[in-house]
Amino acid sequence: MQKYSIFSLIKNAFSNHEKWDLAWKDPSPKKEYDVVIIGGGGHGLATAYYLAKEHQITNVAIIEKGWIGGGNIGRNTTIIRSNFMYDDNARFNEFGMNLWRNMSQELNFNVMFSPRGIINLAHSDAQMNAYARRGNSMRLNGIDAALLNRDEVKKILPMADFSDDVRYPIFGGLAQPSAGTARHDAVAWGYARQADSMGVDIIQNCEVTGFDVSAGKIMGLRTSRGDIKTKKIGLCVAGSTNILAEKLNMTLPIETHLLQACVSEPVKPVLEGVVTFGAGHFYISQSDKGEMVMGGDLDGYNSYSQKGNLPTIQHVLTGGVALFPFLSRLKMLRTWGGIMDMSMDGSPIIDKTHIDGLYLNCGWCYGGFKSVPSSGWTFAHTIAQDRVHELNEGFSLNRFSKGYLLDEKGLGTKTWIS
Amino acid sequence: MLNIKCPHCGDRSQKEFAYGGDGTVKRPELNKDVSDKDWDNFVYLRKSPRGKHIELWHHIAGCRQWFRVLRDTVTHEIYKTSKIDEDI
Repeated sequence: MQKYSIFSLIKNAFSNHEKWDLAWKDPSPKKEYDVVIIGGGGHGLATAYYLAKEHQITNVAIIEKGWIGGGNIGRNTTIIRSNFMYDDNARFNEFGMNLWRNMSQELNFNVMFSPRGIINLAHSDAQMNAYARRGNSMRLNGIDAALLNRDEVKKILPMADFSDDVRYPIFGGLAQPSAGTARHDAVAWGYARQADSMGVDIIQNCEVTGFDVSAGKIMGLRTSRGDIKTKKIGLCVAGSTNILAEKLNMTLPIETHLLQACVSEPVKPVLEGVVTFGAGHFYISQSDKGEMVMGGDLDGYNSYSQKGNLPTIQHVLTGGVALFPFLSRLKMLRTWGGIMDMSMDGSPIIDKTHIDGLYLNCGWCYGGFKSVPSSGWTFAHTIAQDRVHELNEGFSLNRFSKGYLLDEKGLGTKTWIS
Repeated sequence: MLNIKCPHCGDRSQKEFAYGGDGTVKRPELNKDVSDKDWDNFVYLRKSPRGKHIELWHHIAGCRQWFRVLRDTVTHEIYKTSKIDEDI
């Protein structure tokens, strides 16, 4: 594999950048693989990379219906954080934070990880108490957390509405200074390039049409580009998990919903980190190009449409303007949508299943992007060793029937309001 | 924006309604032994199909009645709505 550096950049400048190697190949599927990963998004690509790197399993195929990075890895708002209260969520995502910090070096691909911090704003005493508790829980798990009062928030966010007659005054907030953002497409491409160089076949435009299950064991799968034999399949298709689960006669604690995001026209630097509104569902950050990147509520009913409905955008931005009045004068550049696996407790599932050789990675709700490295790492371990790692044992499939929910927000099973 | 036909009030904008999820889920019968599996099915497990979906909606800013809607989860086309005690 060609190493990316200032020297290779200069060298290729002499040939007008026309002689760069392809970042990954475009192979046809072989007859048999040791492991097949379904889904060429962030989680699938990261899983294949860690299978090759950590477990030396390189006879691996990634099967992608469209093109790699075309799903939610290319549609999210790029927020990376580990500000969770429950141990299972906190440890898992803090493990991921360490992978994020070294990702550009490890992948030899600039993912532009930028730890610019996140602030969750509080608008009542009760909310301040809840954030104090969450911050303490985070610090017990070794995650940096700082409880900010109103004046401290005002220093960081002078453009927020601090006037006296505001409906939801800012009482303070909980900050995680080590949180941040990254360039989402680069994450997919970086993992893809390294996985490919270690022998993983990235097979695009290849739809899975069925599974070959015999005596409770995975024997292979059927695709639009032929049958493939394999004993292990990893499902990384958040957003389409229910479609493939139906082909396996499985019913999962997941509903599929649509989430929208939007960006404004680019403006000069105004916002350093990520900010979330505590009295409504709205979050915002400013990209390196200067666009305000914003998101919020789900559209609110089961959807596979990958494009959103305007009332939701209007509702989300009403919250945004209440928090940052200057947003009302910005032009919207574009809006888009992606389909989410909304799990019944808001936490993901990374587990084995009742079918031997079928592994499940799904239920990422809003927060799949930040978990790409930790999910790939633990899922690769789960597939390679045929047992879950201690980092993902809390994300079990049977936690619902057993009553060990990881309901971080305490919202219950109405996935469309979470 | 969805345009939903409330079986009691007629066509109204989506803004008047609240969503109520999968309309085919049935609560286990009262005063009978209910297995863990039945509870699991009722509380957590959902088919969430791609295509036609029977769901509950609540005309919360209108007549406040619950009713069923047959909607396509890809195109959002609404084929039919029915009162809660009628088959859809």
